[in-house]
Amino acid sequence: MFRRMFSRSLYRLQNLSGSRGLSLHNQSISSDYAGLAAFQPLLHNRPYATTPPPAAFASSLNQTELAKFAAIADSWWDAEGPFKPLHVMNPTRLAFLRSTLCRHFGKDPFSPRPFEGLKFVDVGCGGGILSEPLARMGASVTGIDALEKNIKIARLHADLDPVASSIEYRCTTAESLVEEQMAFDAVIALEVIEHVADPAEFCKSLSSLTVSNGATVISTINRSMRAYATAIVAAEYILHWLPKGTHQWSSFLTPEELVLILQRASISVKEMAGFVYDPLTGQWSLTDDIGVNFIAFGIKTANNSSV
Amino acid sequence: MSRLIATRRLVSNIFVPRLATRAFCTDAPAKLNDVPSGSHFNKEPEGDERFMNDVPQHDIAIVGGGMVGMALACSLASMPLTKHLSIAIIDSNPALSNGPLIKKDDPPDPRVSTVTPATISLFKDIGAWEHVEQHRHAYFDKMQVWDYTGFGYTKYNARDADKDVLGCVVENKVLHKSLLSCLQNKDFNSTIYPTRLSSLSLPTRSVSSAGGSVSSTSSKNLANLAKLDLSDGTNLYAKLVVGADGSKSRVRELAGIKTTGWNYSQSAVICTVEHPTENFCAWQRFLPAGPIALLPIGDNFSNIVWTMSPKDASNHKIMNEVDFVKAVNHALDSGYGPRPESRVFGGDVLSSFFRPDVTSSVHERFEPPPKVVRLVSDRMAFPLSLMHANQYASKRMVLIGDAAHTVHPLAGQGVNMGYGDVSSLSNVIADGVAVGSDIGEVTLLKKYEAERKTANIAMMAVLDGFQKAYSVDFGPINILRAAAFNGANVFAPLKRNIISYASGERRLPFLS
Repeated sequence: MFRRMFSRSLYRLQNLSGSRGLSLHNQSISSDYAGLAAFQPLLHNRPYATTPPPAAFASSLNQTELAKFAAIADSWWDAEGPFKPLHVMNPTRLAFLRSTLCRHFGKDPFSPRPFEGLKFVDVGCGGGILSEPLARMGASVTGIDALEKNIKIARLHADLDPVASSIEYRCTTAESLVEEQMAFDAVIALEVIEHVADPAEFCKSLSSLTVSNGATVISTINRSMRAYATAIVAAEYILHWLPKGTHQWSSFLTPEELVLILQRASISVKEMAGFVYDPLTGQWSLTDDIGVNFIAFGIKTANNSSV
Repeated sequence: MSRLIATRRLVSNIFVPRLATRAFCTDAPAKLNDVPSGSHFNKEPEGDERFMNDVPQHDIAIVGGGMVGMALACSLASMPLTKHLSIAIIDSNPALSNGPLIKKDDPPDPRVSTVTPATISLFKDIGAWEHVEQHRHAYFDKMQVWDYTGFGYTKYNARDADKDVLGCVVENKVLHKSLLSCLQNKDFNSTIYPTRLSSLSLPTRSVSSAGGSVSSTSSKNLANLAKLDLSDGTNLYAKLVVGADGSKSRVRELAGIKTTGWNYSQSAVICTVEHPTENFCAWQRFLPAGPIALLPIGDNFSNIVWTMSPKDASNHKIMNEVDFVKAVNHALDSGYGPRPESRVFGGDVLSSFFRPDVTSSVHERFEPPPKVVRLVSDRMAFPLSLMHANQYASKRMVLIGDAAHTVHPLAGQGVNMGYGDVSSLSNVIADGVAVGSDIGEVTLLKKYEAERKTANIAMMAVLDGFQKAYSVDFGPINILRAAAFNGANVFAPLKRNIISYASGERRLPFLS
């Protein structure tokens, strides 16, 4: 029963009982990490461990998720295509990154290239829609994605702009980068965690990639009824902004859950903001309302020894 | 030792762009290409030109170095997030390379703009207003609009909207020259191409096909940019092409953007006249064939904008000066009908009904306009039309000013709409740079379009409505019109709205 309730691989709406969040919360109170560990084996399929050695890793892939994105990867860079909502939302999330990271790293917010000299990794970079702007803002960016096809598209597109061509794109996973002992000033994983099989494990990997006192930024969709109504019913079924089945409500995390699992991974969340869409102007803006889409900025407190 | 030399070389190279920038209008782009170090370091050090062969590349190519195009360049040069951009200005107007000296004693040129407080604050922000103030300009704080039937008049006073001025009348050449001086004073990477645009190719291919078919990185990079072929045979590439080339925009035509519009069967005659005393009020009288406006331009000079039928316009252009001055006075005051009497409709009753605390200018009496004594410039006539581009932005292309919208000069809003475009577009570009966008990206440019289209269409509808309301000479409508005048005159909130809209501070008319 317990296991079924926490299963993220069985994306069934009926599994979404309100007690899920509650029990996670309870565990947090009791600090019973064993409780979390209990359902870890269930969530072993890590979508970020991916393609290159297919035989060995095939079982650990979240195959449904992979196939879904391969089908639409081609249209990543079409601003009017299926990723239009991402293109429209992109400036807003970059504005959050710009303001939080400039403040944290003490950079001039009026500089056109404030991130000069900083090493960023964009986890789940897709077609590079986030990596390219970060590179234009001066960061030296590594973009990683589990899908070879996304990496190819990202590479092709980045080569169209000399500034973006400095981005290093790799078809790999956060976990593999950890094994390589890579470290970055900022680790950014936007709209990714809702697609991974084990968010807690994923956050630990992000934390391991972040240098001490570095930044980790995560954005996702809240597991709220409002998010169900907007991100799934409205965006996928009514407005057709996103292909049907892009998101599974059950795999969403609430802000409290995210803060908790980040804390367990030695990342203390310093700032959180919501995104709100204004249907009149067709633009997104930042808000205090984290009821649907939200982004969290955290700082790696010390080394990862606490877990 | 060798390290020392390398360092020194680097330093000297870095100074090259400074020189190129300073040289500004004399430095022809062809020359830059002959000097490899110059062309290399004329740009951002991250090296847009790493893949460049001999074709110059810029961030933004502004086609048309008129008032609006130059204002955009100045505005970009004055903002911290955009001042690093490399700008090309394409215009064959020789005034750009050797600006004409403006002599203070010359009578004012008939081509003037009535700039609104919003435009003045844009000029102040970019540092061009101080240059304007060194030349002839005339602030006005009053505006009187009336009707030849003698039924109604309205006086607008800057005080009604708690402002110092309603606007300022400046010769176009002064505005242009000020922007040019302002740009030359800035440490800004701009190159003037003294030629014309002959063709334009905007990237249309999708990423994958562009990437798949072309092997070398440099050609892929270029295929993603807009390519401009100039009439002197040079080519250049830009991330963004700005069409600031006027109502007959070549950029708009080459980008295949359709327009909507119509001609009014009217022409405007413009000229400069002299009167015995200095004028601080903008005057506008509606006549059966269209309005005549007298705008102060400093000293004892005023500018005339007189709308009439094309046939009358050509007559008025060639008639002798004495007759013309007589006709102007006839149209401004003595002819067509009586002067309105102050408060024909019992304004006191009306005003106390609408509003207990009546604004002061309600009690201001109708004043006759100054008597014109002499014509001091050439007369020019041009047909009136209204044109609006169906689209302001597409991938790597954007239209501003008259290229996007042309209106008849009633209320002098045309150029202010253009400056509104400039301020919006430069902010959108700065926002784009802030979040690392490609500045030619269509999603970014559509923000500008959304912002300006609404404002411009609203303004055009108001002006077109005005034109239509005054093109009918029919008894009952004349009375309605006069009533509307009086209503506007006594009803203070409405009046404030009209003023703030006309002064460019509000986007939509009459909505608070």
